[in-house]
Amino acid sequence: MLADKDRIFTNLYGYQDWRLKAAQARGDWDATKRLMEVGQDAIIEEVKASGLRGRGGAGFPTGMKWSFMPKESKDGRPSFLVINADESEPGSCKDREIIRHDPHKLIEGALIAGYAMRARAAYIYIRGEYIREAETLFSAVAEAYAAGLLGKNAAGSGYDFDVFVHRGAGAYICGEETAMIESLEGKKGQPRLKPPFPAGAGLYGCPTTVNNVESIAVVPTILRRGASWFSSFGRENNKGTKLFQISGHVEKPCVVEEAMSIPFRELIEKHCGGIRGGWDNLLAVIPGGSSVPLVPGEQIMDCPMDFDGLREVGSGLGTAAVIVMDKSTDIVRAISRISYFYKHESCGQCTPCREGTGWMWRVMERLRTGDADIGEIDMLQQVTKQVEGHTICALGDAAAWPIQGLIRHFRPELERRIAENAREAAE
Amino acid sequence: MPKVTVDGIEIEVPNGATVLQACELAGKEIPRFCYHERLSIAGNCRMCLVEVKPGPPKPQASCALPAAEGQEIRTDSQMVKTAREGVMEFLLINHPLDCPICDQGGECDLQDQSIAYGRGASRYDENKRAVTEKYMGPLIKTIMTRCIHCTRCVRFSEEIAGVDEIGALYRGEDMQITTYLEQAAKHELSANVIDLCPVGALTSRPYAYEARPWELTKTLSIDVSDAVGSNIRVDSRGREVLRVLPRTNDDVNEEWISDKTRYQVEGLTRRRLDKVWIRRKGKLEQASWDEAFSTIAKAKAGSSIAAIAGDLLDCETMFAAKTLLGALGSTLIESRQGGMAYPADNLAAVNFNSTFAGIEEADAVLIVGSQVRWEAPLVNVRLRKAAKRGAKVFIVGPHWETTYAAEFLGDSLDQLQQLPAHVAEAMQQASKPAIIIGGGGLVAGALAPALALAEQWKLVREGWNGFNVLHMAAARMGALMLGFAQKGGMADIAAANPKVVLALGADEVDFSQFQSSLKVYIGHHGDKGAHAADIILPGSAYTEKAGTYVNTEGRVQFADKAVFAPGDAREDWTILRALADALGVSVGFDSFGELRAAMTAEVPALGVEGLADYGALPKGDAKAKATGQIVYPIKDFYMTNAIARSSPTMQRCSAELLHGEDFAEAAE
Repeated sequence: MLADKDRIFTNLYGYQDWRLKAAQARGDWDATKRLMEVGQDAIIEEVKASGLRGRGGAGFPTGMKWSFMPKESKDGRPSFLVINADESEPGSCKDREIIRHDPHKLIEGALIAGYAMRARAAYIYIRGEYIREAETLFSAVAEAYAAGLLGKNAAGSGYDFDVFVHRGAGAYICGEETAMIESLEGKKGQPRLKPPFPAGAGLYGCPTTVNNVESIAVVPTILRRGASWFSSFGRENNKGTKLFQISGHVEKPCVVEEAMSIPFRELIEKHCGGIRGGWDNLLAVIPGGSSVPLVPGEQIMDCPMDFDGLREVGSGLGTAAVIVMDKSTDIVRAISRISYFYKHESCGQCTPCREGTGWMWRVMERLRTGDADIGEIDMLQQVTKQVEGHTICALGDAAAWPIQGLIRHFRPELERRIAENAREAAE
Repeated sequence: MPKVTVDGIEIEVPNGATVLQACELAGKEIPRFCYHERLSIAGNCRMCLVEVKPGPPKPQASCALPAAEGQEIRTDSQMVKTAREGVMEFLLINHPLDCPICDQGGECDLQDQSIAYGRGASRYDENKRAVTEKYMGPLIKTIMTRCIHCTRCVRFSEEIAGVDEIGALYRGEDMQITTYLEQAAKHELSANVIDLCPVGALTSRPYAYEARPWELTKTLSIDVSDAVGSNIRVDSRGREVLRVLPRTNDDVNEEWISDKTRYQVEGLTRRRLDKVWIRRKGKLEQASWDEAFSTIAKAKAGSSIAAIAGDLLDCETMFAAKTLLGALGSTLIESRQGGMAYPADNLAAVNFNSTFAGIEEADAVLIVGSQVRWEAPLVNVRLRKAAKRGAKVFIVGPHWETTYAAEFLGDSLDQLQQLPAHVAEAMQQASKPAIIIGGGGLVAGALAPALALAEQWKLVREGWNGFNVLHMAAARMGALMLGFAQKGGMADIAAANPKVVLALGADEVDFSQFQSSLKVYIGHHGDKGAHAADIILPGSAYTEKAGTYVNTEGRVQFADKAVFAPGDAREDWTILRALADALGVSVGFDSFGELRAAMTAEVPALGVEGLADYGALPKGDAKAKATGQIVYPIKDFYMTNAIARSSPTMQRCSAELLHGEDFAEAAE
């Protein structure tokens, strides 16, 4: 179990004030200038050495992402850092806690990360529904400006850096990095084609890096305590600490910072008071937010909670939003509801996702009641395959995977419902 | 020049080519809906998926993927086949199968491609989506349930037309293409989205349920609604022209046409002159050809005969008239009906020398007295491209709504003598500066001072001629090449007080100048010219005769005859040939072939398709001054010629789009 001294987010639960003074007492903004003095490339190297992988779901190494940014502007275009606070994945609620209770970690991280990638400014795109959180963030940014930590000569470093907070309007797809850039530009939030990648032409056509809130917020602490400290947690290739968000049928749902690769059983026992009704009552777990396939309880119990461990059981870490379902769950209905979510949030730009998400949801609804043909299970599986990998962004994949997970692990349940429905109809 | 392999065929493709273009170069057909050569890449239909190595183990959208050295592209693998079938299935699940009542039937990309790349049957058991109709004005009929969301129409409006009129509302499967507040699409090129729409979502409202494409005879022709000379295809059935579609010609109209080009043809069956009329006691009465000819002969005009050419004429008609008058001993021929009298001895000075394709490369443009959007919508498209590439555009003349950044300098030609320093500087420093003089500028007398500026700014330089005159009449350049210009313009004709005036489709003439003359109108529409005439001889419209046209850039183009003229109407040259017999003179040709041969013998350039060479620009007179106020000649874009004025669709466009009458139909 992660010791308290090793926690990055020391005010995760809001027992202390979030404002600048209290944040400084916790160690934020402490000699930020000195952290930056080591130079831009050294910061990137340190982040690379820490093994930090993006906390937004895809798990791309953060330091490497930063190193794609141009070292100097050849044509006068500035670079930008965009921070993705559009946390809309069902099950995810970590960025909200960071912004609510520890916003200065994020803002300090924005300055350091922006400096390291030679960005002119950072845009924090915050989810529209996070109203109080946005208020907190606005005042925290204002505090930082007033204290000279942002703006001209930010934190006395001699580097000019601005942070803008932009509120979204409630579209899940705006959490996709290129859709977020479109939305920031004032356009309809629809993902762009890649290439060109944002590091080449992103916000307003300028080099841009989009990072998750957590990825940015942990950076100052990594630099203060050293890459080796951060990489002392977790398995090879899955280093560091991570905010896990456990919801569903556990005794005490919570958001908790833990070391990566902690076994599922330990995570639940230590922080959540165990599964409701005991471990025998565990049906399935969605370990990384609604977009990843579910894992049956018996397979995940001793699985290390990290990128590679969960991939081995056919799922993924995603945002580490662990949704626990016990045997009282109507698993088909749960996945059908997730299908509805993706149907509702598809941007409508490209064909397979626009048409496929609605089709998949409608078939799922019929499978829920058993009002279907046995052959339609295979057809649904084929449809998910027709969506997966055929779209511009990953929303198509995200819509397909939960259903594929359901069919893979719970096909007998689907067949049982169809048979039962047929029997009832016959009677 | 990267080398790629397409289905085992190794080819070299140009730098910057996409995988889709590489496949086409290799002779492989790639199905597509959203991709269009002239629009930005959207990559959203996902129909063009191909397998590319190296790359992720999933199919790639070939329209958006740059071709790179060493790529192995497969268009025939199982992965590609499955991907296409999948996308096609998705496109069809919510597409109504109403092909039998759909106007796109027979020329529908979705129909064609579903035959070629789709599965045989549907697996979709749910209800299909239905979408409410949208009102997009008098030209575009919408059946939005058929929409496949390729966004070609959205991109056309934004990128080519330069107006934000069409866009998408809502998201996911509820996404709808609309004009936002259900306003009519108002710009001059709006109907091009009908051609762009790969399915039957946007179809032609006036042409709705008129015909099937396979019933139509297709004739290659040239448009006469403005001086651009858009290349068109005239689709006709029997004796009626049903629609006009653009033909691709990158030098002229790319593949767009203006709404007037497209819909004025409806006027071809209305208000037509299909009988001979003679005015007796102030009233027009029906008569026979013989009566008409003998009446003209009785006037005993001798050499006191004039011919005025209208704006829509082909060169052959004008040449026949010129020859007839020559045989009678007259040289009173004029084409500038409104009274303009600019010197026409050097045609380079009244030509669009940069060419339409060339003006795209201009980096500083001074427009003098031209409402380009109305005078030549397709030239405006080119100017927009130039502006997008960074060209500075300055306009002398009253304000109009440009589709690009432009600076209006003032309404009067005084401005040419006192250009603001930054304008003069921009023009002087530009590597390809251009001046465009429009109709309003010509009337106000801008030609001479503009020629002076051309010399001052060196508009003519190695590989570049930036001096341009933008005419509005399809017949103008041809007429000037045939010498239809008096030194003093129409005033000279009026001063000669001819006994007989032949008005060849001339509707914009002030006939009060010819009170004592016998006015013979040879034309196709009962418009202004016919109202003033003493004798009306029914002629042919541009779709009813073969002819040669010269556009404002001096491009000679040939049009074919699509249909026969109605009633007693004859091809214009045959009327003039018969008149020659009635007047007892010989014109030296008995067939259209002989006429054309005689014409090209006199003006060889008219026999060669392509740009005519007018030689060097005349010397500018540095002292030339002009102070006129600029007034744009076109007051109503949809009503500029007799054919358009007779077209109910153009009338409705004029009323609704320009004069604000409300025709909006409730969406069902």
